[in-house]
Amino acid sequence: MSTTEVVVTGLGATTPLGGDVATTWSALLEGRSGISTIEEDWTAELPVRFAGVAAEDPSTKLERHRLRRLDRTQQFSLIAAHEAWRDAGEPDVDPVRLGAAVSSGIGGILTILNQYDTFREKGWRRVSPFTVPMLMPNGPVAAVALEFGAQAGAHAAVSACASSAEAIADGIKLIRSGRADVVIAGGTEAAIHPLNLASFAAMRALSTRNDDPQGASRPFDANRDGFVMSEGAGMLVLESAEHAAARGARVYAVAAGAGYSCDAHDIVQPDPEGTGQARAILDALADADLKPGDIAHVNAHATSTPMGDVGETVAIRKALGDAAADSVAVTSTKSMTGHLLGGAGAVESIATILALHHGQIPATINIEELDPGVVVDVVREKPRELSAGAVAALNQSFGFGGHNIAVAFRRP
Amino acid sequence: MATHTEQEILAGLGEIIDEVAGVPADQVTADKSFVDDLDIDSLSMVEIAVAAQDKFGVEIPDDQLKDLKTVQDVITFIQK
Repeated sequence: MSTTEVVVTGLGATTPLGGDVATTWSALLEGRSGISTIEEDWTAELPVRFAGVAAEDPSTKLERHRLRRLDRTQQFSLIAAHEAWRDAGEPDVDPVRLGAAVSSGIGGILTILNQYDTFREKGWRRVSPFTVPMLMPNGPVAAVALEFGAQAGAHAAVSACASSAEAIADGIKLIRSGRADVVIAGGTEAAIHPLNLASFAAMRALSTRNDDPQGASRPFDANRDGFVMSEGAGMLVLESAEHAAARGARVYAVAAGAGYSCDAHDIVQPDPEGTGQARAILDALADADLKPGDIAHVNAHATSTPMGDVGETVAIRKALGDAAADSVAVTSTKSMTGHLLGGAGAVESIATILALHHGQIPATINIEELDPGVVVDVVREKPRELSAGAVAALNQSFGFGGHNIAVAFRRP
Repeated sequence: MATHTEQEILAGLGEIIDEVAGVPADQVTADKSFVDDLDIDSLSMVEIAVAAQDKFGVEIPDDQLKDLKTVQDVITFIQK
């Protein structure tokens, strides 16, 4: 049975590194960190006083009346989706053949917390009537579907930090199923708030390197001490190859396939053997009809936590086998962006796609001493060229709850 | 309670509607219908009613809000 080929024709992002894809990508190649100290009073009582705040506030791009009825996750989504749509050449598509798959890991948590403050201080009548559509976890996908008139379906997979990789996987499936020709797919997060920093800090999941925020996100480094919370969004325009060819669209990459698994090992800790992660990688290869040797590059989930990063390299080796694993170039762009949680998979898929498209793999910054447990080749110090013969690359995203997603992109 | 002139209320509503719904204040004239002319949805009407209460000190109960179709209807309600 032949499978509908799905291609990527548009990219959009708003991240701690820049308000669009071009500035984000150039910062990744320059090795620039988007992390900074939060200069607000509320950080005083917290063990973590830095984060990756979006480089461009949504208020610079959306009108005031829209800001007040959209959660920050929705604001980021719309900004990134508009960029991706323009980048794709604003495809002419029947609304019933246009879908959306947009996720957030947490949802409208800033709305929940801010409206709860309003409720306690001023009573129920002052609670915004838009509170529910702002806080619901499908709020971002609903906002995107409404904005672009996407009537084929609107899906919001929720799998913590794997959410937006799962959204992209769902977007591929939506097109393959024959229900849509074009899908806007990606994810978003906006959770920088004292309670959320306190909650992740209470798990001992965050770096506390307050004296060196830009050096705090250090995946694969022996002295890493946790991840850095960031915010923003990434969006892709996925399209059936046939639809893209008919309108002469520029194709960045083939969204060749996706793999899913669940560790069912621990609610938050990854399986140290990497078994579930390896299954997701193998599942993605099978779905994409690729061989381990086709994978030239992996954009790793690697968040800079002591447990996660090393286990992921074990999983890569387990899945690809020694010969292929020896020649794969692995990087973690979270060293520069921090961890966008539910937005991470989408922003990192964009980095993976652009690595294939431009033939340049961004380096992982802040590695002073490589963890001896790392069993793959990590790109360090400067970007590495991807050979002309390189076939494909993987984006990996894992989430609390044991969710493992791998998405395979192939050169067109 | 302070009374407001029709012009004061119209100007105040214009500011509120600009803030809540993004309709420029100069387009908010007495004859305009909220739904048909200004494209204001039901949730935005709730925000407008609460903001009008803060500004003019007149509560608009929910069961009466649905009968206020035009800007003039709101002005009349606040004045009475």
